Amino acid sequence: MHPAFSVIFLTTLLGAGQGLFLAIYTGQLYALARFLPRQDDQFYAVGSLVALVLLVVGLGASFFHLGRPERAWRAAAMWRTSWLSREVIILPILMALVLAYGIAHWMEWTQPWFPIGEALDVDATLILGLLGTIAAFALFVSTAMIYASVKFLEEWHSPFTVANFTLLGLASGFMLAAAYSAYIGNPLVPFFGTWAVFWTLAALISRAAHLMRNARLQHKSSAQTAIGIRHTAVVQQAQGATGGSFNTREFFHGRNEATVRFARNLFLTLVFPVPIMLIVAAYLIASPTLPILAFAIQYLGLLAERWYFFAEAKHPQNLYYQRVA
Amino acid sequence: MTQLALVIDLNVCVGCHACVTSCKEWNTSGWAGPMVDENPYDASPTGTFFNRVQTFEVGTFPNTETVHFPKSCLHCEEPPCVPVCPTGASHKRPDNGIVLVDYDKCIGCKYCAWACPYGARELDEQQKVMKKCTLCIDRITDATLSDRDRQPACVLACPTSARLYGDVHDPDSEVSVAIRERGGYQLMPEWGTKPANHYLPRQKIRMHISADELTRVDNPLRKEDLTTYTGEETLDDLAW
Repeated sequence: MHPAFSVIFLTTLLGAGQGLFLAIYTGQLYALARFLPRQDDQFYAVGSLVALVLLVVGLGASFFHLGRPERAWRAAAMWRTSWLSREVIILPILMALVLAYGIAHWMEWTQPWFPIGEALDVDATLILGLLGTIAAFALFVSTAMIYASVKFLEEWHSPFTVANFTLLGLASGFMLAAAYSAYIGNPLVPFFGTWAVFWTLAALISRAAHLMRNARLQHKSSAQTAIGIRHTAVVQQAQGATGGSFNTREFFHGRNEATVRFARNLFLTLVFPVPIMLIVAAYLIASPTLPILAFAIQYLGLLAERWYFFAEAKHPQNLYYQRVA
Repeated sequence: MTQLALVIDLNVCVGCHACVTSCKEWNTSGWAGPMVDENPYDASPTGTFFNRVQTFEVGTFPNTETVHFPKSCLHCEEPPCVPVCPTGASHKRPDNGIVLVDYDKCIGCKYCAWACPYGARELDEQQKVMKKCTLCIDRITDATLSDRDRQPACVLACPTSARLYGDVHDPDSEVSVAIRERGGYQLMPEWGTKPANHYLPRQKIRMHISADELTRVDNPLRKEDLTTYTGEETLDDLAW
């Protein structure tokens, strides 16, 4: 498949935004349980504002993927059958909840509504955060299922796709939360950093398993089933167009094998070991800048990861477009 | 239920591209607006086509065959491109089974093209909407045309009659008989898309006769019968 940068930015920015929101809310829950020092409401408000900006920029990137962006509102119509439609519905819901969560903190609407048990006072931010958490995970699933549900792209048609999108989003989001905490100099860096390392390791296991699965993948279709002629040697001589077509532009990445391998090795380095080492180093020397660097490097790695995700997938229609001649 | 479709006879297709040009001519001047052509007279011409003729070589030299292979939307009975469409622009007509795109609703997200294993859908680079074979819906539903003309442009254009058109759900239609009696098959059956279009395989003009069909041991008509009969029963002695 041709890796479109609109979709690469869309999926990575949304993942980081969802992850950051989940990290901020996790921080609030830990503070509520008195495992962490409670932060002032501004911390949560600005954190969810950053998450919202990421979601909005990601949504903006997605418009560059559309041929007719002015009709994008129509995309909510077929939510019964299309995961793309479901994503289009859930994304604005999540944005609204993140915005409401941020506003509730900013306005300090934290008077308890009702208590649960003796220790837990439920306020607006807790409810909005819980709803936002559900929406964030629903968005992870629907974004990933857009790719995982296409059975013809056998590299994507796997639960690993959903696991990777979710875990990599969580990793980059918690990494960003650590960077945010380091930037404003509050003591939550080790907390978010530990979670970021945990999610990064979990994503490494899932992504490596996905790579191994795809390395052994046997494609269902062949040139023989494509034209229905039973012979061991079926070679295309002409594809019915001399200058290429939509089919040659959309479904081929057009790079050589070495570039694809380089992208894989690049993301395996930048997403996993380097940010983990930087976070550990930041913890050891109490550096305020290394967590920011860790997030930036991991995000660059995620761009390479998403590029490779597309380049790796081989569409069966390519069997009809093997040779221009 | 009616399911209109094409049956393409690979045995007689000569790869002349008449169906391609006729398709383009009809559909580019039709109600849905032009189909883009970029650099038509330059080094790398590219554009939108509903139908393409591809060429494959089967076997290794000197035992090779050239197979010309016309390819357009197969109007699947289980079209995987339809449920993925977020806007409902991509749809299958209930009355005749043709898979169509509503060009006024399409947002050009290309998701349907990802969900088609045959590469039958092409994005129009000027109108920025997805396009595909309509089976000339504007011709075949036009009651003012004569019966002969109410067929897809590609079918009318084919000089060797390699393209048959009709209802594959009617067991007595020309296409159903051709599929049934001449070994019609579907492309990539492994995906369960149930394409409505079928292809007829290439056939050799060759009789399959085994040796014992040529020499029968007790053939009464054999002139070269050298057996010496000494009164035993032969076929001629059987009483009926």
